[in-house]
Amino acid sequence: MALASTANSALDFGPASALSCRECGTRYDLGPIFACIECFGPLEVAYDFGPVTREEIAAGPTNIWRYSKLLPVPGNVETRPNLQPGWTKLVKADNLAGELGLRSLYIKDDSGNPTHSFKDRVVAIALEAARNFGFHTLSCSSTGNLAGAVGAAAARAGLDSCVFIPSNLEEAKITMASVYGGRLVAIDGTYDEVNRFCSELIGDELGEKWGFVNVNLRPYYAEGSKTLAYEIAEQLGWRIPDQIVIPVASGSQLTKIDKGFRELIKLGLVEDKPYKIFGAQAEGCSPVSSAYKAGHDVVQPVKPDTIAKSLAIGNPADGPYVLDIARRTGGAVEDVNDREVVDAIRLLARTEGIFAETAGGVTVGVLRKLTESGALDPEAETVVLNTGDGLKTLDAVAAEARPAAVIRPSLAAFRTAFAN
Amino acid sequence: MSVSVRIPTILRTYTGGAAEVSGEGGTLREVLQKLDADYPGIGARILDETGKIRRFVNVYVGEEDVRFVEGLDTPTPEGVQISVIPAVAGG
Repeated sequence: MALASTANSALDFGPASALSCRECGTRYDLGPIFACIECFGPLEVAYDFGPVTREEIAAGPTNIWRYSKLLPVPGNVETRPNLQPGWTKLVKADNLAGELGLRSLYIKDDSGNPTHSFKDRVVAIALEAARNFGFHTLSCSSTGNLAGAVGAAAARAGLDSCVFIPSNLEEAKITMASVYGGRLVAIDGTYDEVNRFCSELIGDELGEKWGFVNVNLRPYYAEGSKTLAYEIAEQLGWRIPDQIVIPVASGSQLTKIDKGFRELIKLGLVEDKPYKIFGAQAEGCSPVSSAYKAGHDVVQPVKPDTIAKSLAIGNPADGPYVLDIARRTGGAVEDVNDREVVDAIRLLARTEGIFAETAGGVTVGVLRKLTESGALDPEAETVVLNTGDGLKTLDAVAAEARPAAVIRPSLAAFRTAFAN
Repeated sequence: MSVSVRIPTILRTYTGGAAEVSGEGGTLREVLQKLDADYPGIGARILDETGKIRRFVNVYVGEEDVRFVEGLDTPTPEGVQISVIPAVAGG
């Protein structure tokens, strides 16, 4: 699609027209900025959407670029080297639904992405922004999944990468963050401390020409999560589900899924209907859930202590918006403890053959808790997100997922072991 | 107490581009008051109209997020580094 020449004619962000402060509405030209100069509020991408039809989308590639006219990316994005994430399975989970007493349940299984988490979606958008701004290095603060996604995307795109993680992450995530050949730096501290470090690095000459996907490119990056909403609606036959359970770390994913649903309604791609958004946290890092339950509209930071390390953000940037959305849509924010997380991972694996990482255990655990408490309507169409792969968090279940017996290779030994 | 204050990129228009400036005060509140006296207007960017730290600003005294300690009353010992950072990052 040819775009009219503008003041920023070197930049090509497709339908994106500006950045706008979510707090005070101040607008800015598209650029590598993320916080409002007036109030420090988060900047988000504003659009001038052209006409978009279901047919056009359905004829597009089987990845997130089928929605390129709804994203801040150039029109030719699908021809550029990137990981082509998305279009993951929406699994009809009748076994799990039966066990929980739900009529209609689907799992959006984002472990099927190229680096096995939803992070490939957001990184793909940030990568295009990095290219637009002429950055040579892709970077991030990460609880693990993002570091791997950034490393892989940079490798595919031919950019350098330098990613930062807390040093206590799961082994599989450390390996994945390192294997793609970029620089991996482990920081002796919590994720929030890593995040703070990156925010300071960005203002320093050491971070010159670096695109930190979740800091100075965050307005673009975050838009990638809208594709979860688009895909879920399209895979349901262009329908928004009645209720959806989404994990909450920074809260960005939840807020962007809501934004995605609202855009589909506004563009006439789905029927306007009410939907309820539920946020899921681990008890050991539940600042948003605590604020929800206390009736607060601000989030008091916490120091995380949970096996759900990918959700262990104690100072969640979009926490206040998660509260707004849960309340506006009639949803809720709930948390489960580590034991419930492990049980939920095993429940999902046993009923649906999906091995989720701990974050998926959190969402399924919260799904179960909200169903039992009556907060979720068992008759309503429900979607739950699994955002990552259990192979990355083996330690969570390794002690319990063991051979039933170790025997010699003989029928007699098998008979003896399983006679009862 | 003499302290140093790290200024985020979006507030460096107030400090003539300086990423770090020196400050003075026994508590964070006093340091921010002095900072605003030295660089008029910067205080209102960090604090809201009720005088509280803005919702999307993180302030650290040394390693500690002041929300975990005494907020604006957090003591600022001699030589400590204070950092003002946009909260909208990560995830």
